[in-house]
Amino acid sequence: MTQNLRVKSSEFIDETNRISFKFDGKTYYGFKGDTLASALIANNIHLVGRSFKYHRPRGIMTSGSEEPNAIVQVNPNSNITEPNARATEIEIYEGLEASSQNCWPSVNFDIGGINNFLAPLFPAGFYYKTFMWPKSFWEKYEFFIRHSAGLGKSPNKRDPDIYDHRNIHCDVLVVGAGISGILAARNAAKNNFKTLLLDEKNELGGSTIFEANEDNKINNNLASEWLKKEINELENIKNLEIKTRTSVAAYHQYNYLLARENLTDHLNKKDKKNKIRQRLLKIRAKKVILATGALERPLIFNNNDRPGIMLSSAIKKYSNFYGVACGTKNIFFTNNDSAYESALSLHNKGIKVEAIIDIRENSDAKIIKKITDAGIKIYWSHTIVDTRGYKRIRSISIMRLSNDGTSVTGSKISISCNCLGIAGGWTPAVHLYTQSGSKLTFDEERKIFIPKTDAKEQISVGSCGGDFELDEIITNLNYKLKNFLNIDKTDFEGIALENDHETSKRNIWLLPSDQTIGKTKPFVDYQNDATAKDIKLALREGFRSIEHVKRYTTTGMGTDQGKLGNMHALGIIADTAGIKMGELGTTTFRPPYTPLTFGTIVGRNVGEFFDTFRRTPMNDWHIKNKAEFENVGQWKRSWYYPKEGETMHQAVQRESKAARQSAGILDASTLGKIDIQGSDASEFLNRVYTNAWSKLAIGKCRYGLMLNEDGMVYDDGVTTRLGENHYIMTTTTGGAANVLGKLEDYLQTEWPELDVYLTSVTDHFATASLCGPNSKKILNKIIPDLDLSDDNFPHMSFKEVLIDKINCRIMRISFTGELSYEINAPASYGEAIWQKCIEAGKEFNITPYGTETMHLLRAEKGFIIVGQDTDGTMTPIDLQMDWIVSKKKYDFIGKRSLYRSDTMKENRKQLVGLLTEDPNIVLEEGAQIVSELNQKPVEMLGHVTSSYFSPNLNKSIALAVVKDGKNMKGKKLFIPMENKNISVTVSNTVFYDEKNERLNA
Amino acid sequence: MFLINCPYCGERDQQEFKAGGEAHIERPKQPTELSDDEWAEYLFMRKNIKGVQFERWNHAHGCRKWFNMARDTSNDEIKAIYKMGEKPPTQ
Repeated sequence: MTQNLRVKSSEFIDETNRISFKFDGKTYYGFKGDTLASALIANNIHLVGRSFKYHRPRGIMTSGSEEPNAIVQVNPNSNITEPNARATEIEIYEGLEASSQNCWPSVNFDIGGINNFLAPLFPAGFYYKTFMWPKSFWEKYEFFIRHSAGLGKSPNKRDPDIYDHRNIHCDVLVVGAGISGILAARNAAKNNFKTLLLDEKNELGGSTIFEANEDNKINNNLASEWLKKEINELENIKNLEIKTRTSVAAYHQYNYLLARENLTDHLNKKDKKNKIRQRLLKIRAKKVILATGALERPLIFNNNDRPGIMLSSAIKKYSNFYGVACGTKNIFFTNNDSAYESALSLHNKGIKVEAIIDIRENSDAKIIKKITDAGIKIYWSHTIVDTRGYKRIRSISIMRLSNDGTSVTGSKISISCNCLGIAGGWTPAVHLYTQSGSKLTFDEERKIFIPKTDAKEQISVGSCGGDFELDEIITNLNYKLKNFLNIDKTDFEGIALENDHETSKRNIWLLPSDQTIGKTKPFVDYQNDATAKDIKLALREGFRSIEHVKRYTTTGMGTDQGKLGNMHALGIIADTAGIKMGELGTTTFRPPYTPLTFGTIVGRNVGEFFDTFRRTPMNDWHIKNKAEFENVGQWKRSWYYPKEGETMHQAVQRESKAARQSAGILDASTLGKIDIQGSDASEFLNRVYTNAWSKLAIGKCRYGLMLNEDGMVYDDGVTTRLGENHYIMTTTTGGAANVLGKLEDYLQTEWPELDVYLTSVTDHFATASLCGPNSKKILNKIIPDLDLSDDNFPHMSFKEVLIDKINCRIMRISFTGELSYEINAPASYGEAIWQKCIEAGKEFNITPYGTETMHLLRAEKGFIIVGQDTDGTMTPIDLQMDWIVSKKKYDFIGKRSLYRSDTMKENRKQLVGLLTEDPNIVLEEGAQIVSELNQKPVEMLGHVTSSYFSPNLNKSIALAVVKDGKNMKGKKLFIPMENKNISVTVSNTVFYDEKNERLNA
Repeated sequence: MFLINCPYCGERDQQEFKAGGEAHIERPKQPTELSDDEWAEYLFMRKNIKGVQFERWNHAHGCRKWFNMARDTSNDEIKAIYKMGEKPPTQ
């Protein structure tokens, strides 16, 4: 098919650059500058999709981002296809492929179309009402609903495109490059404000740029001609940056805005390659000028959704900007003067306009005479009561409106057409304005929500601020800009303006038909197929809040977010319920203004960069030695080191035995390390740990338990006194940052009088933990000069030594119950020291072990892991660790809470050991514990927190928290699992070497 | 996204900061002398008011200093920022 609806060459379209594209598998041609929508219309294609619920045929309705119907799948046959793209926003390029959505097998013959005839069965809330019973059937229903719902299909492959983020700081941000935005941005830049001007479209000039109304003049030129000249001069202005194809998605507090800059979507495949597709701009502006314009409203009447029914302003843009006629027999239906401009535009290009239906009684605007002079018939005080034509509008029926506008009278007139332009007035685009927290007020006379109180450093200019006519726009803009930018004069002050004025208004939210409402389909939300009938039903069923009606009927909940129909929904609710619209309020506009791709949101944070992770200095060695890793906080820690053919269980059993029988080595570099210095360091430790610190000698280590102020265990670790006023504290791996934050908090806010300085040194030291009966011999090989005797280097003490001229700190401390030494080396020597230990340990079969074996070994000893055996509800008393809570200290963090009635009460959950009756059964961590099997309701006594098969004891062991566990030693309890009940006996928490003899073995 | 004027570093984006709850709740000097109710009052009770609220904030990803903020919770307007230990502004 040829482009038989091109009406004249347009300066915005490059007719020398013919582009072929595919829609629904068929090849068409358009020109450079066309959108998919304008190119389809040029090929006389209006039917592009099916509606969501009734599968009614739908056509292109608008020419912009508010499009509810023409939603297409781009690259439908690719596994990186993109759903829900608006045909009105897609600029065509060679090779573009798109297809209709929500229809099967094709848009022309759609099986789901049967829903249209079953419509009486699908009122608002149909799903809620129907699929509630029987309850157990929901999953079956869901399968079918999910299958038939949804719009496009999502891609099933990873997005190969590159996305980016950029921070931008500017003095003035202008959103929208229509006439107001351009003048505002130019004046801001000229007055030395660093200015950024954004527009979602590819071209500048908004709706003025394709204006053809000879009654609108600036400096005696057609407004569009004048503006084109101004735009051409913008490039000479300093301080002004302009970005087109850039849509502001969100406007947050303190003038923080997010915008999506579209960089390659309009390029052909070859030129797209290796370029950033979209960029998220994170803009912090000192001042924001909103010039977002207005959206034309449809009219709500029976069967107002047929393909070929379009916004009057869209028809004008297609004809004046793209040089495309939307129909050959056009009718306009309006409640204001703007449809007459569209009609005249078409007429002047030789396109036939059959009639104009106006719900008003008359209008004295100058343009009316031009229309009558052109021989176009105007039906005043008439409304459309029905339309015909399934896949394209064929005719309309009109009747005279009653004086009160609620009914129709007289005889029905039928007029044939293939395009109907509807003009229901204009809605200021206040979405961004309200997102910023600014408040709206309702103008009852003009039936629009307009800005009331702007947020700080923000103004709305042009039609988004409620100014619609040229003289009003320019005069108010001049005044507003001078105040806002604090300048004496603008460069357009006193410019000569001429324009027509609209005086006659009539607004009817829901236009009547000769049929009862039950038999009509007046669509309010095209995308979600919500009709006025549904809204009225919701009100009859008792819904009053606009937010509830919205959710019940799904009005305004499509991807267009109610840009077209929201005002009518509000109007119909207000009229039906007898409330004033101003009192009803509006629904909340939430970001994004237009949908964003996930790619834009995540930017570069994909794959490896999705989340930061930390690796220890010994990481390369672990990889070389085939370690499996586990995530601990942000760290990648060695989990276990499987030998060929070994399962995790086998590896852990082997590592655990080796550590107890000869020697093991663990990378403990991830433990948090905080350097504490200052004359009050000891006092500080006294206040943050439950035990006493004043008497700890220099060179000695001590285990400490830290509570929250509510008395619950928060963290633990060993702290070493390096000098009179110098300690090094270790924390859990996951808790390091929070512990430092908490300590800083107390120091800065509660105890500023203490002379203490905290520095995180976690990353500065690498730690190799040597463990097992042969660890002393290995260390002796590495540092022969150091006296390792228990007298010189006893358990819980520290030595500073040189290993190959590297200054290392060695702590003799143990988390396994075996003789152990933790060697701390400067991080850059971590791997070297580790290697040295491995070399020296070879003759003792030194075995590297990971976190799993570490957990097992400490569980054999009953040592807790904060966060595994505790969960923020365990006091030290609950852990049976009373021994570490100082009775003598006057105060420490959390002390008072240990004497609250709740923390002192009997029957709290306490940490105990569990032994299974069958020593081979290993309990599941998290399993629930009961005392009786046939009790109803069954009382949950607690749960298993740690559970392992101990190779050293040759039986299963577990730690658990159990109500009143302290008094249950020896008692038999049960763990009911899916197919069996496991009998367990409550035991001591220490399973191995109860007397701690191995520490000095 | 607030723009917060750290008293030590100047204006920074909110994502550098951590909110720390209600300000001017002093840790009791002699906790052991308090009744359970009095201790609970310190430990758990927070005002959560609509209107101007005094809050603690920490420049967690910056100078790590704590400071106070007077913020109107109804519209998120930051009325004042002042250092730890300083008295809240009266207006």
